[in-house]
Amino acid sequence: MSDLEMPAQKTPMLETRQIYKQYQSGSTTLDVLRGVDFTLEQGGFLAVVGQSGSGKSTLLHVMGLLDAPDSGEVWINGQRIDNLPGREKDRLRNNSIGMVFQAYHLLPEFTALENVLAPLLIRHGIFNWFSQKRAAHEQAEALLDRFGLSDRLHHRPRQLSGGEMQRVAIARALITKPRVLLADEPTGNLDEESGAGIIEALAELNQDNGLSIVLVTHDADIASQARGIVRLAAGTVDMINPGATGSAA
Amino acid sequence: MYKLLLCWRYLRTRWIALASVISVTLGVATMIVVNAVMAGFSNEMQTRIHGILSDIVFESHSLSGFQDPQWHIDEINRAAGDQIAGMTPTVAVPAMLSFQVRGQWVTRQVMFIGIDPKTHAQVSDFGRYLQHPANREQLSFDLREGGYDTIDSQNPTETPTRPALEHAGWPHRRMRVNRERLWKERLESKNSAENSPARSVDQQVDAMLAATSPADDSSETPSDTAATDEKRTNPFQTARPKQGHVMDMAEEQFTGIVPGIGLASFRNRQGVDQFLSLPGDDVKITFPTAGTPPKAVSDNFTIVDFYESKMSEYDSNFVFVPIDALQRMRGMINPQTGIPSVNSIQIRLKPDAKLNEVRDRLREVFPSDLYAIATWKDKQGPLLSAVDMEMAVLNILLFLIIAVAGFGILAIFFMIVVEKTRDIGILKALGATSSGIAGIFLGYGLFLGLVGAGAGLILGLSITWNINQIRQAVEWCTGSRVFDPSIYYFFQIPTIVHPVTIGWIIVGAVAIAIGSSVLPAVRAARLHAVEALRHE
Ligand SMILES: Nc1ncnc2c1ncn2[C@@H]1O[C@H](COP(=O)(O)OP(=O)(O)OP(=O)(O)O)[C@@H](O)[C@H]1O
Ligand SMILES: [Mg+2]
Repeated sequence: MSDLEMPAQKTPMLETRQIYKQYQSGSTTLDVLRGVDFTLEQGGFLAVVGQSGSGKSTLLHVMGLLDAPDSGEVWINGQRIDNLPGREKDRLRNNSIGMVFQAYHLLPEFTALENVLAPLLIRHGIFNWFSQKRAAHEQAEALLDRFGLSDRLHHRPRQLSGGEMQRVAIARALITKPRVLLADEPTGNLDEESGAGIIEALAELNQDNGLSIVLVTHDADIASQARGIVRLAAGTVDMINPGATGSAA
Repeated sequence: MYKLLLCWRYLRTRWIALASVISVTLGVATMIVVNAVMAGFSNEMQTRIHGILSDIVFESHSLSGFQDPQWHIDEINRAAGDQIAGMTPTVAVPAMLSFQVRGQWVTRQVMFIGIDPKTHAQVSDFGRYLQHPANREQLSFDLREGGYDTIDSQNPTETPTRPALEHAGWPHRRMRVNRERLWKERLESKNSAENSPARSVDQQVDAMLAATSPADDSSETPSDTAATDEKRTNPFQTARPKQGHVMDMAEEQFTGIVPGIGLASFRNRQGVDQFLSLPGDDVKITFPTAGTPPKAVSDNFTIVDFYESKMSEYDSNFVFVPIDALQRMRGMINPQTGIPSVNSIQIRLKPDAKLNEVRDRLREVFPSDLYAIATWKDKQGPLLSAVDMEMAVLNILLFLIIAVAGFGILAIFFMIVVEKTRDIGILKALGATSSGIAGIFLGYGLFLGLVGAGAGLILGLSITWNINQIRQAVEWCTGSRVFDPSIYYFFQIPTIVHPVTIGWIIVGAVAIAIGSSVLPAVRAARLHAVEALRHE
């Protein structure tokens, strides 16, 4: 199915086609997404902006396979993924998609290190884990070290500051070496300085590692640091700066 | 791997879940103890019943019995001889036993059983239950000179001693007869006992004791006391009254009988046996003769020992007598041929013989309209099945306790699922499968079940193995008897631990723990990732 419609140039990293999503609450129907076509090139870094309630999070959840659209398709690296069976979706979430949330969403019972390891813990069964453990630990420690958290390895989330928690969350999203990182207002709960640090880190990942990133944000300043900006309004998207999207190689 | 880690972390932070474990523990412990005690009880009862009854009882329907036991024994041997270890004929008839206690006649309804003292011990544990060591070796219906056990031979450590039995036997009989004689002499000479200078203090005390019985033993009245030509050296024959020959009661005995100990004694609240009569005393027994219609006849008998199976039903019901004497008194011996009749033949099987198979083989040979052939289990079927029923009901009730614990687990797990909704959403976002999420809670339930059942196992077994010490401690603290031996006839609470039963209890408890975590687990697995993440 992946060769249904191969574009002439490079396959987009992430693509949505005519995504529709409604919410039914009581008798009123809320059309949140009405035919969203969204394309993220390989190594792209797009910011999604839009009013509160415009459906940015909803779109991100659909792209991250956390939510199913009413209709439309989601493609990742030339493969349609929205119609895969549940287990395959779980596997893709675990392997190929990294997610970062506004509310950090760390597991309170786990230490920073264990939170970073969580996707690998989920991936491996108990016997597999023991053979992977050493490598995984090294990897997680390296990631945390990179985000300046080498002395916070064994802290619980509630012992960390917001910025530290978000950096742990990013480290967790990266430990699986995903193809694409979806970040939903990662700086929303942070002060300006910590927020700037996070965005810097993301930009660096995009620059140095070629990680494709979708960043949802309210903040125009932050959005401007991405290579392209997509505006979501009235359930559809328009590219504000499409020239910058696909250029990264 | 995350499942294990999460289970462990959840457990460490949520000790409240252990509250439901405690009820699992208590439920399992109670079930183990109750089952062990019930099994011990039932086993004790079965061994006692089996000790009294032989393996297979071959009976006639009529009280008059069937003729020629030897022919029947030969026939039985031909039918199933390869499986039979021993046989003995018996005669059993309902009878009334009367004896005097402080001048009052006490009458009891009994089962009067004629046994062959030589072979009876081969078919049942009868011998074990007697009070004289020599009778346990080989029963004799001859009154012994003394030496009856004052300490219960079946339970030497726990039973209170029975000092009353110390003088039982001939010494008791001589003392009693002399006392009665003195009393009679006093009455006849119209002299008061106090004025007699020749008496020792002992005799005076005896006389005073005897004076408390206003009526005399009827066996002492000249009209009733008949002569006998048989000395006590020939005890297996009935003391038949003969005209003109006065029996010396201090030197001779009537036909010996072995009554159940419950007929002649009662156990007081302290567990001490109080004897109403002793070996050496005489009793009257009224029983029906063979023939139609049966006529009631009475005769005198001398108690020579007590039978104590510790099954109160038997101990207060059975009176054993030599079979030949009973046959003669009931007219069960054919005057022409001299061939006796018997009511039943008791059959003991070899240890590895098949009980029901032998019974069925005999049923094929002997017509069922003439003979009733039953195993000891058949005979005690209602009692044994009542115990089984009781055990089943108790088990159901106790299992409900564990089920209640299951609902505790259910409630606590639902709380944890609600509380951890966001974490469940996180795990799903990180790629955890629904079955993996369910696995966390099922594993958690399994762990709680195992811990609860394991602790229950330890608790239950330690209570079971120390139940008698616990009983004593409770008795010491409260000052009242928890386990009244006058009711239960055991001095130790018997327990048997069946590993299979324990296995089932543990499996059941763990299954309940897992079962009650299924619902919360399914709920957790079905949570919608996005909604779970939004959960506050
Ligand atoms: N489960 C739901 N049921 C009903 N309506 C919903 C549900 N989830 C979201 N919505 C509605 O969908 C709309 C889009 O929500 P969404 O969270 O995507 O907005 P957003 O653009 O991310 O807003 P914000 O910038 O405030 O995060 C909102 O109006 C919200 O009320
Ligand atoms: Mg949002």
